[in-house]
Amino acid sequence: MSQELAWGSLGILMIFATIFATLPIAGAFFFRPRKAHDGKESTYECGLHPKKDTWNQINIQYYLFALAFLIFSIEILYVYPWAINFQKLGPIALLEMFIFLGVLIVGLAYAWRKGGLEWK
Amino acid sequence: MEMIEQLFVMLKQAALALPQALLPAELYARYEGMLSLVIGISAILVFAPATMLFLTWMERKVVARMQKRYGPNRVGKFGALQPFADGIKMFMKEDIIPKAVDPLLHSLAPMVILIPAVMIFAVMPFGKDMILVDLNIAILFIMSISSIETIAILMAGWSSRNAYSLISSLRAAAQVISYEIPLGFSMVAVLMMAGSMSTLDIVLAQQGGWFVLTPWGFLGFLIFFLSGAAEVNRTPFDVPEAESELVAGFHTEYSGMKFGLFYMAEFLGAFAIAAFSITFFFGGWLDPFEPLLGFAILPSWLWFMLKTYVLVFVFFWFRGTLPRLRVDLLLNFAWKYLLPMALLNIPIAALWFYLPAGPIRWVAGWAIGGSLIFGMHQLLTYHRVKKLYGRYERPSRPVVTESVPLKS
Repeated sequence: MSQELAWGSLGILMIFATIFATLPIAGAFFFRPRKAHDGKESTYECGLHPKKDTWNQINIQYYLFALAFLIFSIEILYVYPWAINFQKLGPIALLEMFIFLGVLIVGLAYAWRKGGLEWK
Repeated sequence: MEMIEQLFVMLKQAALALPQALLPAELYARYEGMLSLVIGISAILVFAPATMLFLTWMERKVVARMQKRYGPNRVGKFGALQPFADGIKMFMKEDIIPKAVDPLLHSLAPMVILIPAVMIFAVMPFGKDMILVDLNIAILFIMSISSIETIAILMAGWSSRNAYSLISSLRAAAQVISYEIPLGFSMVAVLMMAGSMSTLDIVLAQQGGWFVLTPWGFLGFLIFFLSGAAEVNRTPFDVPEAESELVAGFHTEYSGMKFGLFYMAEFLGAFAIAAFSITFFFGGWLDPFEPLLGFAILPSWLWFMLKTYVLVFVFFWFRGTLPRLRVDLLLNFAWKYLLPMALLNIPIAALWFYLPAGPIRWVAGWAIGGSLIFGMHQLLTYHRVKKLYGRYERPSRPVVTESVPLKS
């Protein structure tokens, strides 16, 4: 199977999957009851009326994890092509990859040491 | 045997016979590829909900047995019709959209989470000649499409405008992105040995022996399976959906069929993680006894399903056995244990490759690799254990251990 065909097939699968995901909701539209009610349509907070809006600032802790994720996921993208050609490239490339991973580990150790991976 | 082996391929041929008979020859020749693709897609779209229905029943039954209960046993024999009853119930339920929500994102989120969960089945090799799309970068496809789940969870949590949903979705995002890193690095060793990203090539590379039997494959499998369990929010990593803290997590404000779609995506994700663990480390659809006996005992798709359901059972076993992790321990486990372990896996795989093939490789590889893994484990857990338990003071006097007679 050529790769253009493969990606085309995935596109068609995506269209079918979208239909597959829409159908149950669309189908249920004809069967479900509609009994709108103020209490029912209020935000759920264990029986109390919600006091504050939740659309406000969030903890910066999440941002630190997202940053670390971004760095490492890009590193993964660099490691994958090397890993596929590992058997052809030979020991020199392996050594180079160790240097690359070494830099990565220093980064991880820095983040660890600085408490960037600590959940507070 | 050959007939059972090729059962699904022959079914597809049979389904193609009708348009072949009806359409003119040149028109059929032009659209044959498209038709066979549509048949393959239909097979996946039938397989996905059927799997989900079976998994819900199996989970309730298995967990019930572990907790000395019966589980569903009223609807049909052994409660086998229970998932259908639940499906009909969800279909007939009112779809409540609270006034405070962002309606567009709120309605889109269940679809956005289900589409990638279905699409991931495209690169899954169910058996010999049973793969929808043989993509040359299948692993990258799996990684990228499974991370769309994070966006859907954030959409659901943020648009619900509910404190529980928001906290849950932020936790889920932090957890999923944290565990994606060890998940990605655990596959590097597999890529090094298979030399290809295609799932089909990875299965065929394991004809000489399953990857899980080698030290790098064993460690890689453990990391892949555990981070996969965290990716799809299975217990013990189900902090985003912690019932005792966050009601129902990011789908608190969902009801009816929209909730059903979240549920379906979760089960399909669990199945996909088990199936890809099998594909990457347990030889996929390969028959383990075929090299010894010279003939296949069971058809390849049955082997694939059997192996996958063993791992799915392990997921349910986890749920019946293990308590939920605290959120800080959960993230520590990803960054401070699984990630260094996954990085260590790369030198172990390289060492394995450069050792001379034969018994020496197995003995030396396992000796050196095993001691490296054990040493790293000791190094990584030492500080954690000390930090966790070090602050508790030991009682200065020994606790009285004499037995106290019970009142009669």
